[in-house]
Amino acid sequence: MSDTPVQTSATVLTVRQVQDYHAMTLVAPAIAERFRPGQFVALAVGGEHTSRLIRRCFGVHEVKSDYGGTVELVFADTEPGTAWLAGRRSRDQIDLVGPLGRPFRLPRDPVSCLLVGGGPGGAAVFALADTLLRRGCQVHFVLGGPSAKQVFGSRMAQRIGDSATVATDDGSMGEKGTVRDVLPRVIEETGADVVYGCGPTALLRSVTQVATDFGLPSQVSVEEFLQRTGACGIGVCMTCILPVHGEDGVTRMVRACADGPVLRGDLVRWGDLGTIPFDALGAPRVLSVSEGGSQ
Amino acid sequence: MSDRVKTTLGPLELPNPVLTASGCGGTGRELAQFFDLARLGAFVTTSVMPQARAGRPTPRVTETPSGLLTAMGLPGPGVETFLEHELPWLIEQDVRTIVSVAGNSVDEYGDLARRLRDVPGVAAIEVNIACPNVEDRGRMFGWHPSAAASVVRAVRAHARPGTPVFAKLAPDVTDIVTIALACVDAGADGLTLINTMEAMAIDTGTLRPALTGVSGGLSGPAVRPVAVRCVYQVHAALPGTPIIGVGGVATGLDALEFILAGASAVAVGSAVFHDPTAAPRILRELEEALVARRVGRLADAVGLAHKPAGYVPPQVRPEEPEKEKL
Repeated sequence: MSDTPVQTSATVLTVRQVQDYHAMTLVAPAIAERFRPGQFVALAVGGEHTSRLIRRCFGVHEVKSDYGGTVELVFADTEPGTAWLAGRRSRDQIDLVGPLGRPFRLPRDPVSCLLVGGGPGGAAVFALADTLLRRGCQVHFVLGGPSAKQVFGSRMAQRIGDSATVATDDGSMGEKGTVRDVLPRVIEETGADVVYGCGPTALLRSVTQVATDFGLPSQVSVEEFLQRTGACGIGVCMTCILPVHGEDGVTRMVRACADGPVLRGDLVRWGDLGTIPFDALGAPRVLSVSEGGSQ
Repeated sequence: MSDRVKTTLGPLELPNPVLTASGCGGTGRELAQFFDLARLGAFVTTSVMPQARAGRPTPRVTETPSGLLTAMGLPGPGVETFLEHELPWLIEQDVRTIVSVAGNSVDEYGDLARRLRDVPGVAAIEVNIACPNVEDRGRMFGWHPSAAASVVRAVRAHARPGTPVFAKLAPDVTDIVTIALACVDAGADGLTLINTMEAMAIDTGTLRPALTGVSGGLSGPAVRPVAVRCVYQVHAALPGTPIIGVGGVATGLDALEFILAGASAVAVGSAVFHDPTAAPRILRELEEALVARRVGRLADAVGLAHKPAGYVPPQVRPEEPEKEKL
């Protein structure tokens, strides 16, 4: 079965600094071959006798056919695990599991797509752009971050996209402002039919809100939430849960890794992230049935 | 797989001693993407409770040195969904399944055992007594010999007579042997040692507890010496009671350590989060370790650490055919 994930010892090809982030290319043909945009990989950090048991999950920026197949990840060095990764050198081995999670759903027709990225996780929009362009879709980028050094891939966006808009909080690159500020205008100008988002949770929430205001479908990757809350990446640890509306109207706590990381933005209960909403399936009941007597 | 690693847990015969620990193997479907679950000695399910439970809000796991700290709040789909969707799938895959049960009261444990009574494919029941007892101000059943015994008695009374019942004990008690004796007296066929131990981490960035549950259960290699001590003490007191050793098993030698302390099987927990194929790897490494030490049968190594220094267990001489079988 080619759609099942694999575990492999991947060889590091390059690790380079890109603005405030690190880009790591790994030789992993079995993963590159199976990968679909939106999926992620889970890395073990610290080597063979590591004391760090949590797998680090990252979206994939780019898949290439060099050396039989490579995957490139972009990450920020925020904790000892990512510091260890940033310190890898060419020819080091890393235990890699992937591709994991559900990919972005792709439009059947060559429509106009708006891809919104922020932070290191925003790098994953480029793998998606590649696939959309090959399907004849129009691809428009909106990239954002606190300052120029936290905007990944602006030049590539300008090169491959039909349009590219950058917004930074301090105005050091592109327009001064947030992604939310520029998004309505870009949607109107580009006539986008669908909005995709990768990046910090707050960004995904605004992307969903604006898309919904325009009546557009939104597909967002909650990879950043997964990085913050998950442990295994494969769906067994049950720690990366977030509340999502079901088609049947019932809110369930779903796993960002195995049920995501790509979710329909309008189904995620963004305001209730980090909680168990009282009406979610299995939420603690304040009154038991016998005490309440109303049910 | 050779006969060398065959093991028994009371009346339960297993082709090998490597299990997945409760709460660490998901529904089984997730791990089945990486290896055939029928290769496990047995699959221990996440604790089944009477109702669906979402558990605690995130964050409910944090990384500690060589360990994981978790405060999950026993999430699960409830016994109804478990019997309808999860257990049948495991049985279909020919997975030997040990069902872990958890309740909020003694009656709930009894009810769960009754629900499982006539379900085919339940190899054994593991009683998770590390649950707050709502009838006793939320104190853990596992903290008191009498509370632990009452839960085991309720499960034993309602479970099918031939189905072995294992009690899973927490290590952070004054004397684990007292609780082990109480559980065995109440009808437990075996013991699972150990559950997580209560611990805490504070996030120095947010200046607040790292978990929403404030404290959580510590697992992983960090607790392995505690677990080995518990297995050793309980095996010394109850040499005839089968023990499933749990706590930071990450390699074949870790598994061997538990077996030498007195466990007849081991369950792999946190290591599964770190390495999805940990269980088959640990089995392979354990088998190699037994061969290297010329142990012909796993049973010969169970509790070997209790024997005096001069004692030599039955050994397989290199020229014997068993060696070639591998």
